[in-house]
Amino acid sequence: MMVLENVTKIYRIGTFGGKRLKAVDDVSFEIDEGEIVSLIGESGSGKTTIGKMILRLIRPTSGRILFNGKDIGQFKKNELKDYYRKVQGVFQDPFSSYNPLYKVDRIFDIAREEFFPDVGRNEWKNRIEEKLRSVGLNPLEVLGKFPHQLSGGQLQRLLIARALVMNVRFLVADEIISMLDASTRIDVLNLLAELKDSGLSILFITHDLSLGYYISDKTVILYRGSIMEYGDTEKIFNSPAHPYTISLMESIPRIDERWRMRSAVIQGKEKSIRNGRMCKFYHRCFKGDESCVEPPLIEVEKDHFVRCSKIGT
Amino acid sequence: MEAISTRRELLFFALRNKKMRVGISIFTFFVVLAIVGPHLTGYDPLDYVGPGYHPPCREFWLGTTTFGQDVFTQLVYGLRASFFVGLLGGGIATIIGLIVGFFAGYRGGMIDEILMMMTNVMLVIPTLALLIIIAAYLPYRGILIESVIIGLTAWPWTARAVRAQTLSLKTREFVDLARISGMNSIRIIAEEIAPNMMSYIFMVFILQFGGAILSAVGLDFIGLGPTRGISIGIMMQQAVLWNAIQLGMWWWAIPPGLAITLIVGSLYFMNTGLDEVFNPKLREM
Amino acid sequence: MKVSLRVENLRIYYRTLRGYVKAVDGVSFEMGDEEVLGVAGESGCGKSTLGNSLILLKPPMTYMEGRVFLDGEEVPIWDNEKMRRFRYRRISIIPQYAMNALNPTKKLKVLMDDLLREHGSDFKSHTAEILRRLKMVNLPESVLNMYPIELSGGMKQRMVMVISTLMNPSLLIADEITSALDVSTQKAVIEMLMEFKSRGFVRKIFFITHDISVLYQIASSILVMYAGKLVEKASTDEILEKPFHPYTEMLISSLPKIGIKYGERKLKGIPGQPPPLLKPPEGCRFKDRCPYRHSKCDEEPPIVEISDDRVVSCWKYA
Repeated sequence: MMVLENVTKIYRIGTFGGKRLKAVDDVSFEIDEGEIVSLIGESGSGKTTIGKMILRLIRPTSGRILFNGKDIGQFKKNELKDYYRKVQGVFQDPFSSYNPLYKVDRIFDIAREEFFPDVGRNEWKNRIEEKLRSVGLNPLEVLGKFPHQLSGGQLQRLLIARALVMNVRFLVADEIISMLDASTRIDVLNLLAELKDSGLSILFITHDLSLGYYISDKTVILYRGSIMEYGDTEKIFNSPAHPYTISLMESIPRIDERWRMRSAVIQGKEKSIRNGRMCKFYHRCFKGDESCVEPPLIEVEKDHFVRCSKIGT
Repeated sequence: MEAISTRRELLFFALRNKKMRVGISIFTFFVVLAIVGPHLTGYDPLDYVGPGYHPPCREFWLGTTTFGQDVFTQLVYGLRASFFVGLLGGGIATIIGLIVGFFAGYRGGMIDEILMMMTNVMLVIPTLALLIIIAAYLPYRGILIESVIIGLTAWPWTARAVRAQTLSLKTREFVDLARISGMNSIRIIAEEIAPNMMSYIFMVFILQFGGAILSAVGLDFIGLGPTRGISIGIMMQQAVLWNAIQLGMWWWAIPPGLAITLIVGSLYFMNTGLDEVFNPKLREM
Repeated sequence: MKVSLRVENLRIYYRTLRGYVKAVDGVSFEMGDEEVLGVAGESGCGKSTLGNSLILLKPPMTYMEGRVFLDGEEVPIWDNEKMRRFRYRRISIIPQYAMNALNPTKKLKVLMDDLLREHGSDFKSHTAEILRRLKMVNLPESVLNMYPIELSGGMKQRMVMVISTLMNPSLLIADEITSALDVSTQKAVIEMLMEFKSRGFVRKIFFITHDISVLYQIASSILVMYAGKLVEKASTDEILEKPFHPYTEMLISSLPKIGIKYGERKLKGIPGQPPPLLKPPEGCRFKDRCPYRHSKCDEEPPIVEISDDRVVSCWKYA
């Protein structure tokens, strides 16, 4: 359904725009219908950039993104609007996602004006209330209110409800859990999982592996703009192959096992070899050495791929 | 999470703020004077109504000029002229600045480059010199034209400031949401970005208002003001031309300058006060 | 356990136009010497206010009542001037957005010198120690001559930790220092913190976070807060093995773990939201969300001492 082909995004930074920052480096993966794919990475991994490129808020420097076979970069105004009818996003900060000056109802009003001008007011109102209930919100409690009068969880759910009212087929969920409280997180997560059952595809962007494991079918592990490992979620978590994935799994704080604290702090090679073709993870990798140039993509098992030169060592 | 101030809260803080109170009082005084003043005096500002060089007395509250014109009448009519320029000139400058700033900031890319180039060029040209040249070439100068040319030259700094604000607002997530909701640029600027800058726009207008008044005084003072009529600047010009200070005619020399100082000063007071009102962190509790 | 920090009935409210927001409403607890106390709870529960009140009461935070004792001496948190004796030297803090708290126009060396001078010392006298600690956290000496903008996020975090602990405070308040970090950086920062502790650079740590799994890794005791009140405090092992308070119980069971998949076992959240603190409800503040609620809960629940170092505030155990 959604296919990323060799997508790259390069930013020009520095005083005179001299330096280049490769935020996303030759990323390819796909999301099928009715599938939840987790895009896991630290800050700076490029995961948000990928989300924004899928939503066409940013244009890729090279590569293409195909939706149902069509290149979204080529869309003209009408096709773009059509695209937004089927693809929507929910962002990280619920409070920032609303214009503080207007009531929250406005997000639904705009959706109707722009996408469904032929639908009658009453029918629209009914649709809204139905979807609000389906996300666990009481219409009387949330409609007619200003954003600052509602909680983060309610605001996030409103945004999800908006996507449902528009009957989208694909949702980009960018770190939507991180600003919610522990008690609300689970509810929103469960909601997303339920939506998948009704045919919605979701790109779940997060840095928290446990959340990814909980709801996704496939996982993509991103580091500094490049894919390190991807495939079926369970396979990746049960037998992680890439050193980055392994170190991530080790770092997750658990409540049944304590970390083995190392007394030497912050390990890692201080200087990374300045060769553009070196594996990006080299300077933090416990297995890496000079031979890690342009690591190949290896199929470790069915539905499980790793980009590493040291598999099997 | 920001606490959104309701209008009532804003009003409450506005009236509590000392700077606002001082500023508004002084400004309102002069506005009232400008509106009511001309009705209090039966004279026409340019008529010779009495003996020249006359200090203030019961008949002529602020005395008379060298030619026997009533200074008080001149002052209140002059205030009207000044406020007109402030409103029109300031208004034009604000609107142009807003339009240029919003589009440059929001659209970015080539449009931004072109608009900013225009802005920078205008910023570099000394405003007063430009005004002088334009004014000198005009065959006829009225207060309307004066306001317009002031407005057309005063907008650059506003454009830059508005662009900066727009750039920062553009990155907010609700703008992203507006984009994926299919809204077009104009709608986004008008409905999402501008309303969030209302306090800023308000303050910008106050500054432009004050600036326009000052520019008009400057032009009038050097004789490039309206060819007919009276204004504060013209009063000051006349007073200097006819040696009011050397002749000890303080009632002619001081009031216009004092009036301008107080008006523009009160505007800046209001501006600083408003900054505190709009920014909750600066408020005293 | 030798008591080193004692807080008695602390009430800190926020003064707003509409009245007082009861952010910390009668909290009492003790910390042993060299203990790491984890303070957990959702956002708005008062944990950050509690931590910050121990070092700096910034308006609109208002001291209402309560007493604080550190190593037997009373800490006058209501008096900003008198607190200068304690601040930085005996009580220090790593604030929530520490990385952004570094003045961008000052070189780090100047920043540290200013700070030390404020507290009766200077950079020169501490140079050797500073260099030693920089080495410990793998920061090169050259950072001292850099501006904050030249450092990466991780480097800034380490720098802030060195600065905050320079005078070997007895109590270090760590306010959500890992919340914005990804797992690997989080682990590194925590390891560094524990290393500092094991070397005696800090004695006690008051670790504020909403993430209980992090606390399991480093805290000896956990204090759970809800809507301005202390609901449970116990040793980490005890609390995670068998939480007593219904809120703690529900909080722990809603933690996602590797190994739990939606399809196999659906986790349950806690329906509803915390009550408003401007006019909190009578009695137990958790009652509207509590599955065990009964009529007694409309009365303020007592603080029950289950054992020497375990307290719960719930009618179930009265």
